[in-house]
Amino acid sequence: MSTMVSRDSNNTDYSLAELMIATAAEAFRHDGEVLASGIGILPRLAASLAMKTFNQALMITDSEAFLLAEPNPISGRSSHKGQPQETWMGFSRIFDTVWSGKRHAMVQPSQIDQYGQTNISALGDNYHTPKVQLLGVRGFPGNSICHPNSFFVPSHSKQVFVDGECDMVASIGYNPARLPKGYSFNDIDIREVITDLCVMDWRGPNHSLRLVSLHSGVAIEQVLDNTGFDVYVPDQVPITRAPTVEQLTIINQLDPENWRSKALKYNPRGNRWASDSTVPKLNSTVVT
Amino acid sequence: MICARTFKAIDILKQEEFYMSKVLSAKNAVARIEDGMTLGIGGWGPRRKPMALVRELLRSQCKDLTIVAYGGADVGMLCAAGKVKKLIFAFVSLDFIPLEPYFRQARQNGTLDVMEIDEGMMLLGLRAAAWKIPYIPTSLGLGTDVIKYNPTIKVIDSPYDDKAWVAMPALKLDVSILHVDRADARGVCQIKSPDIYMDDWFARAADTTIVSCDELVGSAFFSQNDEARSVFWERAQTSSVVPIAGGAHPTSCAPGYGFDVSHLKIYNASVKEGGFSAYFEKYIATKTEQEYQQAVGGLEAILKLPLPVY
Repeated sequence: MSTMVSRDSNNTDYSLAELMIATAAEAFRHDGEVLASGIGILPRLAASLAMKTFNQALMITDSEAFLLAEPNPISGRSSHKGQPQETWMGFSRIFDTVWSGKRHAMVQPSQIDQYGQTNISALGDNYHTPKVQLLGVRGFPGNSICHPNSFFVPSHSKQVFVDGECDMVASIGYNPARLPKGYSFNDIDIREVITDLCVMDWRGPNHSLRLVSLHSGVAIEQVLDNTGFDVYVPDQVPITRAPTVEQLTIINQLDPENWRSKALKYNPRGNRWASDSTVPKLNSTVVT
Repeated sequence: MICARTFKAIDILKQEEFYMSKVLSAKNAVARIEDGMTLGIGGWGPRRKPMALVRELLRSQCKDLTIVAYGGADVGMLCAAGKVKKLIFAFVSLDFIPLEPYFRQARQNGTLDVMEIDEGMMLLGLRAAAWKIPYIPTSLGLGTDVIKYNPTIKVIDSPYDDKAWVAMPALKLDVSILHVDRADARGVCQIKSPDIYMDDWFARAADTTIVSCDELVGSAFFSQNDEARSVFWERAQTSSVVPIAGGAHPTSCAPGYGFDVSHLKIYNASVKEGGFSAYFEKYIATKTEQEYQQAVGGLEAILKLPLPVY
């Protein structure tokens, strides 16, 4: 990899997965000292990258039962022995951390609706006989009311960004009809949404989904056409910043076996202005 | 000094004749689980599940159970065998195979009564039962369908503020089944795995707690070094001890052995190749636990299964 690459916009030698990792890392930049939980390969790399660079105060686990002084590489390891452990962090301690609010999770919901409510439980109209049973609500209800959450979407589509409400609402969002007594929207903290097309957040009018930046080569219409509800589009929509050479180096150290190249279908290039017609279309696999 | 070698149950009984022995066979222990009971199962997904006890339960006539678990193949198998009337769960997953095949089948067929709750709500429910209080107030579940689909879980006012609170009810268990690394005949149980999951709360929330262990040791074992620090509940919370080396298979019992990836793949594939009855006939139905272990490669191979790297 000795090709000459310069920083930022001139750097074309990176994958879409790497672009998404770098931009997802930004979600953790101003978090201070909280547990950064990236669920899945790319979000975990994003949290790890944030901790290795601009927010060293973050806390991170070994994805099993210990808090680490610095993140483990996600690939190329054969055991947990010798890892830089800080304290025990089994599941019951995770709950203590969740309930304290000192955590920011980046999760991959199967469905997200206009209110920022999500679903990983079950698909279909009838909850009692689901069309497709998924994992179950896991910790989503508690996470969503206790601490900030960001969403990572490997394949931006209307199957994920659904019309109406999620089939099973597993996490609280900005839905006035469901707001509990004594709560305001200020008590709910949904942060960034990183997809294979763009970055969004919930700072549109009335906490609606707002377009923040478009990944290189993506048109606004692609985002709108693949979202099942309205997206607020500001006057100015910048291009998502490309990963720097330094970031790409650290990502490579965190994932020496390049598992990230398998996280998105066809492992598309990050700079799609530079892509030629042989690059397959952008739809990637649905990760549950 | 007593070292960590495995004792035969009979040696332990002689050594500790002044104490009661809680050692039972799997069959006799599982016989305490009756039709219609609420059964808690320890472990998490594919990790440290009391699978030998689950297999014994599958061989029994017991039915109409309400299961409380952080579920994996334990829940899938019991659902597939028609043992489960109601499932109290936050997820059912085999981790590297995210969606448990038979749990999924049971849900999609609509044959299961469910109480689907947040993982933390389950912990609070177990704690409430252990502490003999009717509920624990929490914000978990507010604003979600967990409240909508569980009308028995009440949202209440607080005497101290003006907010809504979920009153997570006690999840009182008739019986819990757990698997640990080591136990003595009096019911002192040791977990050496990196995570104990909620096993301590499953033990405390149940009237009867049946614990299978990889190794039965003499009581003096726990007085060595810091061994007693890895004991997370008092023996009064343990009703029966069932020594079964490899008893968590095909789930893991770290640091001893990892989960059996290839066997879990066979199990997962069985849903499309003959269904659970074929799996049950091949591995469980008329087999003893020893025969089961031989059918999956032998105890020696189980104890060598590599630990997962996360």
